[in-house]
Amino acid sequence: MAVLSKEEAKQIMDKVLAFSKSDEMSVGLTGSRVGNIRYARNSVSTSGEATNLGLSVTSVYGKKSGTATINEFDDKSLEKTVRRAEEIAQLAPENPEYVPMLGPQNYLDINSFAESTAAINPDFRAEAAFKSIDPCVKKDLTSAGYWEDRTGFSALANSKGLFGYNKATSVDFSITVRTNDGLGSGYAARDYNDVSKLDTALATEVAIQKAQASSKARALEPGKYTVILEPTAAVDLLQNMMGSMDARNADEGRSFLGKKGGGTRLGEKLFDERVNIYSDPQNLEIPGSPFGGGGGRFGGGGSDGRAQEKVVWVENGVVKNMYYSRYWAEKKGVKAIAPPSGFIFAGGTESLADLIKGTEKGILVTRLWYIRAVDPQTLLYTGLTRDGTFYIENGQIKYPVKNFRFNESPVIMLNNLEAAGKPMRASGNLIPPLKIRDFTFTSLSDAV
Amino acid sequence: MKRRDFMQMSGLGIGALMLPSVPVLGSIVSSEHLLEPGVDVAIKKKLADIALNAAKNKGASYTDVRIGRYLQQYVFTREKQVQNIVNAESYGVGIRVIANGTWGFSATSDVTPEGIAKCAETAVSIAKANSKFQKEPVELAPQKGVGEVSWKTPVKKNAFEIAPKEKIDLLMKVNSRAMENGAGFVTSNLFFINEQKYFASSDGSYIDQDIHRIWPTFTVTAIDKAAGKFKTRDAISSPMGMGYEYLDGLASEKIAGPNGLVGYRNSYDMVEDAITAAKQAKEKLTTKSVLPGKYDLVLDPNHLGLTIHESVGHPTELDRVLGYEANYAGTSFATLDKWQSKNFNYGSKHVNIVADRLQPHTLGAVGYDDEGVPAKEWNIIKDGILVNYQAIRDQAKIIGEKESHGCCYADNWDSVQFQRMPNISLKPGIEKRSVLDMIKGVEKGIYIIGRGSYSIDQQRYNFQFGGQVFYEIKKGEIVGMLDDVAYQSNTQEFWNSCSQLCDKDDYRTFGSFFDGKGQPSQVSAVSHGSATTRFDGVNVINTARKI
Repeated sequence: MAVLSKEEAKQIMDKVLAFSKSDEMSVGLTGSRVGNIRYARNSVSTSGEATNLGLSVTSVYGKKSGTATINEFDDKSLEKTVRRAEEIAQLAPENPEYVPMLGPQNYLDINSFAESTAAINPDFRAEAAFKSIDPCVKKDLTSAGYWEDRTGFSALANSKGLFGYNKATSVDFSITVRTNDGLGSGYAARDYNDVSKLDTALATEVAIQKAQASSKARALEPGKYTVILEPTAAVDLLQNMMGSMDARNADEGRSFLGKKGGGTRLGEKLFDERVNIYSDPQNLEIPGSPFGGGGGRFGGGGSDGRAQEKVVWVENGVVKNMYYSRYWAEKKGVKAIAPPSGFIFAGGTESLADLIKGTEKGILVTRLWYIRAVDPQTLLYTGLTRDGTFYIENGQIKYPVKNFRFNESPVIMLNNLEAAGKPMRASGNLIPPLKIRDFTFTSLSDAV
Repeated sequence: MKRRDFMQMSGLGIGALMLPSVPVLGSIVSSEHLLEPGVDVAIKKKLADIALNAAKNKGASYTDVRIGRYLQQYVFTREKQVQNIVNAESYGVGIRVIANGTWGFSATSDVTPEGIAKCAETAVSIAKANSKFQKEPVELAPQKGVGEVSWKTPVKKNAFEIAPKEKIDLLMKVNSRAMENGAGFVTSNLFFINEQKYFASSDGSYIDQDIHRIWPTFTVTAIDKAAGKFKTRDAISSPMGMGYEYLDGLASEKIAGPNGLVGYRNSYDMVEDAITAAKQAKEKLTTKSVLPGKYDLVLDPNHLGLTIHESVGHPTELDRVLGYEANYAGTSFATLDKWQSKNFNYGSKHVNIVADRLQPHTLGAVGYDDEGVPAKEWNIIKDGILVNYQAIRDQAKIIGEKESHGCCYADNWDSVQFQRMPNISLKPGIEKRSVLDMIKGVEKGIYIIGRGSYSIDQQRYNFQFGGQVFYEIKKGEIVGMLDDVAYQSNTQEFWNSCSQLCDKDDYRTFGSFFDGKGQPSQVSAVSHGSATTRFDGVNVINTARKI
């Protein structure tokens, strides 16, 4: 059984803690069942399921720490792992940045577990894939997709009395549909905690429409254009920006948040005043992890035990918070805000269709691809549009256009915000479709 | 299919541009544990035979078994401190079968006769279940059994036998020298990997391999707080299929370049490079910003390797060409009709691209691949014409090959093997030519060294590459450094603009240590050799922005 209950997890962890001889010790226990199905050329290529239950022990002497892991749970194995972590710790070099472990924390109640997702079996996955492949076969199109569902828990405890437990489910689905002449390609991606919200046929229908509508693309001159970035396109650039809000890098002068003459741009208005970004682990659409400081959506694994809470990162265009390691926060004498597991870009009520309707001339972008940092100083990124790029005129999609390479910074982009629509979930975040003026396309790509 | 616990260690002292995360497989152990010998080869043969028999009895027409012990040691430091030392071991068995003409795969960490027999049976039942979806039965290119053989990376110093203290001392010296020479910050890392793989197949092969890889790297950052600016320079080391001897810094393996620059062949002087890097990062703070336009590019092997990887390596992977990666990495412009035409000008006549798994010291060098095919060499582009792809046993017939190219790989025992890139290298020029000779002939150009930002579309037409350091060439001479440089081109246009190559004395390999592919994603390591090469009239953009 890979998903232990809170009581089962606590029992094992208490036992492990009792073996400790070191100054401090923390224990992480995670379990998951991950299933996937992958298809291409309208045929399943791989599918499988894996279960995993793993325990990680970190022992600390003074400022020296050592970690050992194991996936056997008899008393002898548990004790052996504790001894091994202690041996590794004693041999480790001192870490001058070591911060003593946290005591008990108050974790938020978060409901990120859905029975429907936990009940998924291979037949369910095959059926979901079939619902996506079949319409493509019938329309003489080629599908390639990937589905991954995950049911897991993570628990942490330490010798100072901290204990936390969370269980979560998730499902990620993406589909690319291509026309058989290779001239059209469409894409859709969906992710949820509760699989009952996911309809692979519906998502595939979106990709089918885009594939069919995108063939015979015309070439437009590269340059600055008003764009509408769908949430699947906007999310990657925004995630990169949110991932660069580390306070230490800013304080050290090596971040877009570093300031001329020293210091940081915390409190400065860096974006259009309609930009509001926050994180809320209790948000019902993107429930996060109760613990932060590492570990991502499922928390635990690398978490240092900090309680996640609602944090405002950007308010009316002003940078309100950065995130900290516990060491850096202590050194700076500030609260150690952990990086969020997902974020929310507050938007309006307009749908994607409404944004298109309100656009005189522009380009609709489905997806951005191969995004790489060009200059960390300005957060300049390059990448390409992919799987559905269309020209909009007088409020209507006129024709498909060839893909572009862009060179753009999310900071500049969020200064050129024209409108933000109704947010939808994208890769564990809530992102609105964004209408941006003067988005920089630097060359054309022949790729479909 | 079972999947490993894929732990991501993000941000641990790794340069922002270089690696978003580093995969760690298996359990965390002590460094001493990594030196313990694995299971004896005679026992592995017995275990493998159990799997082969169990699968056959359940109806498999083909079976291969991989008993793998995968060891990793990673050292992370910044400035004066060690951030982390990770020692990890992953041990288990992966069994792949064909039943009802369909692949099935199962893996287990229970490496006992019972565990293996059960795993083999599961693989067969998965194959049978999946055969419902199968349109065409799998057809393997023939591979004669090679009997009981072994192969080992010819390392002089097993990196796992070097005490952690020696490694830390080296990195601390790297960091302190960088700081003394103008770096505000420095992170440095060492990555060591040892794959102890035992492969057996129903073709009659029993192959024992011991494969070593090493990657030393760093990022230095120079800061100008008053101006609110920072610049970085990454190491120009290359990951290699070598032992700790790669870090000997042998003078005989240094290649003297223009302006006192040094290139490293099969031996790397990490401290020397850190000092140079710090000076260059500092210089970049006040360097002239490039004027956009067309330039002739002189590309150092430590830079060109990534361009080869992205614009030749990936597009000639047959699974991409066929559409198996359409939903993730994408497809390829190098379609079968272009290859069939026998006259598709991928590049100019100077362009000869070779695939291999044989070159000593490379990441791709093995005795046999992960489906028991002996390592070999073959042409991908000959005199500028696309002549072949990278194929494995179940793809060989699609391109009319009688045998596999031997480039099947799985990154762990519990990952299913699939087509991965072998070494893909540009042959050096035959005419005697040094880098200085090449620069002398350039009127308006840029000399680029090191791996920088890189991006290419999903069919591998349009790309943009940066670098670590850029030198302006005017009238045959280097006149100074440039900054904010990136070049954009189209793959076919770019390779057709290739006009000159340095000779074999300048030939070196570049490597990619954690190349990702597939869903779920797997990593692999691959080298790309070349000599310094010239490309004419390439579009250069200026990447400076104000925020």
